[in-house]
Amino acid sequence: MCRLFALTSKEPVSPMLAIKALDVMKEGHDGSGVGILLRDLGGPFEEMKDVPILSGIFSEEGIRKLDLFMMDRGFMTKYKMNIKLPKEGLEGTPRRGMYLIRAYEYPESWETLDKDEIAHGLMSIRLKIRDMGEEKKDMIVYSFWPDTIMVKELGDPMAIGEYLGLDRKDLKARTIMAQGRQNTNYAINLYACHPFFVEGFSTMTNGENTAFIPIKDFLSSRKFPGYSGYQSDSEVFAHILHYTMKELGLGLDAYKHIITPLQDRDIDAHADKDFLRHLKKTCRQLIIDGPNCVIGTLLDNTLFMAQDRKKLRPGVVGGRPGFFAFSSEICGLDAVIPDRDKSKDIQPMHLDTAIVGPDRQEIKICRQTEPLRLPL
Amino acid sequence: MSSNRTITPSTLSLSDLPWQINWNKDRCTLCGQCTAVCPVQAIKLSVFRKRNLDTSLDPAKRRMSGFETFYGIKQNTTIEEACIGCAMCSMVCPNDAIAPERNPGTERFKFHRDQEGVPRTRGGRRNSTDSLLDQIKFIRISMLTDPALDAGRHEFELKTLLGRILPPKENLHRLKTKGWIPPVREIYPLIIGGMSFGALSPTMWEGLQMGVAYLNEELGMPVRISTGEGGCPPRLLKSRFLKYVILQIASGYFGWDEIIHAIPHMKEDPCAIEIKYGQGAKPGDGGLLMWHKVNKLIAAIRGVPQGVSLPSPPTHQTQYSIEESVAKMIMSMSMAWGFRVPVYPKISASSTSLAVLNNLTRNDYASALAIDGEDGGTGAAYSVSMDHMGHPIASCLRDNYLNLVKIGKQNEIPLFAGGGIGKNGNIAANAASLIMLGASGVQIGKYVMQAAAGCVGTERDRCNVCNLGICPKGITSQDPRLYRRLDPEHVAQRIVDLFVSFDMELKKIVAPLGRSTSLPIGMSDALGINDYEAAQRLNIKYVV
Repeated sequence: MCRLFALTSKEPVSPMLAIKALDVMKEGHDGSGVGILLRDLGGPFEEMKDVPILSGIFSEEGIRKLDLFMMDRGFMTKYKMNIKLPKEGLEGTPRRGMYLIRAYEYPESWETLDKDEIAHGLMSIRLKIRDMGEEKKDMIVYSFWPDTIMVKELGDPMAIGEYLGLDRKDLKARTIMAQGRQNTNYAINLYACHPFFVEGFSTMTNGENTAFIPIKDFLSSRKFPGYSGYQSDSEVFAHILHYTMKELGLGLDAYKHIITPLQDRDIDAHADKDFLRHLKKTCRQLIIDGPNCVIGTLLDNTLFMAQDRKKLRPGVVGGRPGFFAFSSEICGLDAVIPDRDKSKDIQPMHLDTAIVGPDRQEIKICRQTEPLRLPL
Repeated sequence: MSSNRTITPSTLSLSDLPWQINWNKDRCTLCGQCTAVCPVQAIKLSVFRKRNLDTSLDPAKRRMSGFETFYGIKQNTTIEEACIGCAMCSMVCPNDAIAPERNPGTERFKFHRDQEGVPRTRGGRRNSTDSLLDQIKFIRISMLTDPALDAGRHEFELKTLLGRILPPKENLHRLKTKGWIPPVREIYPLIIGGMSFGALSPTMWEGLQMGVAYLNEELGMPVRISTGEGGCPPRLLKSRFLKYVILQIASGYFGWDEIIHAIPHMKEDPCAIEIKYGQGAKPGDGGLLMWHKVNKLIAAIRGVPQGVSLPSPPTHQTQYSIEESVAKMIMSMSMAWGFRVPVYPKISASSTSLAVLNNLTRNDYASALAIDGEDGGTGAAYSVSMDHMGHPIASCLRDNYLNLVKIGKQNEIPLFAGGGIGKNGNIAANAASLIMLGASGVQIGKYVMQAAAGCVGTERDRCNVCNLGICPKGITSQDPRLYRRLDPEHVAQRIVDLFVSFDMELKKIVAPLGRSTSLPIGMSDALGINDYEAAQRLNIKYVV
């Protein structure tokens, strides 16, 4: 089972903190891969919160293709962070080209676009680059979004962190998600690594998604280009989150109702029973069956954790005002926030979504049996 | 027949018959129960002659041959009296002295079943044990990567939806603006398919309805039953149990006078209206209730004269084009119940099914599509229709489901599959296969008759006389002497047994696949088959 760790901190922290937690939880993953999402960035990116940052891996040929492509679209490089690799490679990690983290200036023609159009435009560019790199595998792109960096690689998380020099001073973030993979074979497509990202929404998961095919079929047929990929059965969790909030315009409290709806007797006793009945029926194909612990971030850097209906996976949230962490095991939490009040740790159960908002002051538990905050 | 008499072309011997009676003289007590019970008078009490040798140790006495007669059971060899293999004789025999046996040789009988130019008609089934559904295995077992669930202890949500489901955004918008949202029923995915009052005996019908009511009211299982084309007794129409019933309308509109007149008196809406356009067992052919079965009660419910055959036309009289037929019928039926009741067509599986589905996707009032495959049963049909017409259900359903996936409407128009589910007894496995291929639920008919009423029909041309009203079990007869053999209470009990055990088996299938929160509709990655071509066709895994 993969191990998950996410944190949200008032002050920017190094991604190595999250990797440390994964290292502590090492018994639970086989160190075969790691994926990291950084948001609400510190360091040099602090000054450029609104411009999109491209994260990915490119070969020399890929970089040339990318530069041509971006210039054609009027995107100029604003800032780039170079990751220098040591000469000696890492055992079990393929030697790749350049790990790219590059911020772009929007073209002038984009200035008149509204928020949704920009979001859609950024996603289209990411998908196009991904598409261009498919044939020769010379361009791998994880995200293209403001204030967001993603790194994914195969190998032991701690070794990868050191190998890529992620402990550098200029790489810091206030919201971090990290996953240590299990069962990753060396031929794995990097796109199958968590976290997954679409238009500012991101999730990572452990466990299998046994309802993957019907969910994938449903999302793929929504005619939304971002609902694609699916090298991993967990990618749908990010897309369902996007679908819930962006497409249906619902709040985070509705997400759990979509992936694990209440049983009828509980719906009957719910304040929003009519709404929930309809939501359950119309989103029937998005019901997950676990066993899954889902951790995700929203556009405003809210962090949350939700469990499958049977709560078959562990998961704990704890911390103190200004610094909270979400971990698939308590030892991960202990490693990063040892001085917290452990009596206030929360292990979300089958009806709960544990949420830490952008103010990072407290853990809110949203229980499915509570009334929804509906935009009605 | 003596050897010097004329032999007609259709003069048959015992060895020509499909079923032969094996009668044991030593055990028979000549009680006469077998001859009394035989539905086709295939056996009769007869006189046999026996030769006795009379010998003596006394050389002076001549050895003599003596003759004596004895009584026994003889099998008739005429076409109309040929044994149908129902084995009622064995069932009633107190001494195990008699049983029909299938003729292992070539059956010459078949060439003579068209006396007076009338081809064979029969009820029942296709008489083929082949089942692609039986070949499908569930291969995606959760084990270490994710734990298998416990069929006995986890909570399971196995209900399905019948009704037009709007796209999520549209539905929420209409909810907010108080617009019309199509009616959707939450039902159990195993539905008792259309078997009419008339095709079935009153006791069978009553038993089915009682069983369904018990399942709903006592066990909380929302099982639904279709009436078939033959109307519905007025008492049921005006009762609260109507909500468990899917009223079927077909091309003969039998019984709809009663139904329409009962609408103002209905306490509950019916579950749904099923418009039958086709039947898997005899696609392109209408329903048929032969005159033997049209007694006073049936005639009254159907609004027809007594003692006449009731062939429904192969197509609806009002049909001019698919658009008109489907759209108008669906609209009329929806209107009759104030748009509160789902209305959906049932068609026979065919290579043209996709066209019907595509039409429905553009009709906002179409609630579902039921597709009946070639292995479906019937109360009466020409043998040629049953044996040679039709389309297997698996590939037809799969094509339709994948078409819905392509246009993104897989959750909007539920597909229901019928025809051959459990034909060899594997009902839960067959149903689960179809659900994972894309069905929202399955309809069963023959299985109900076999499991709940002890129908003696098999896939080896046994019995098959449902059309003649002489059903030896009283399941498809309107003759009180026959249907009194069937106790409705026992039928109801068996219906409950059937559904409760099906439920457990279905859980035993979905639990190891890691599914419990919703019915695994379209979960095709769980399926595998050891036939490469079939795997390709169904878009599932090929396993050997």
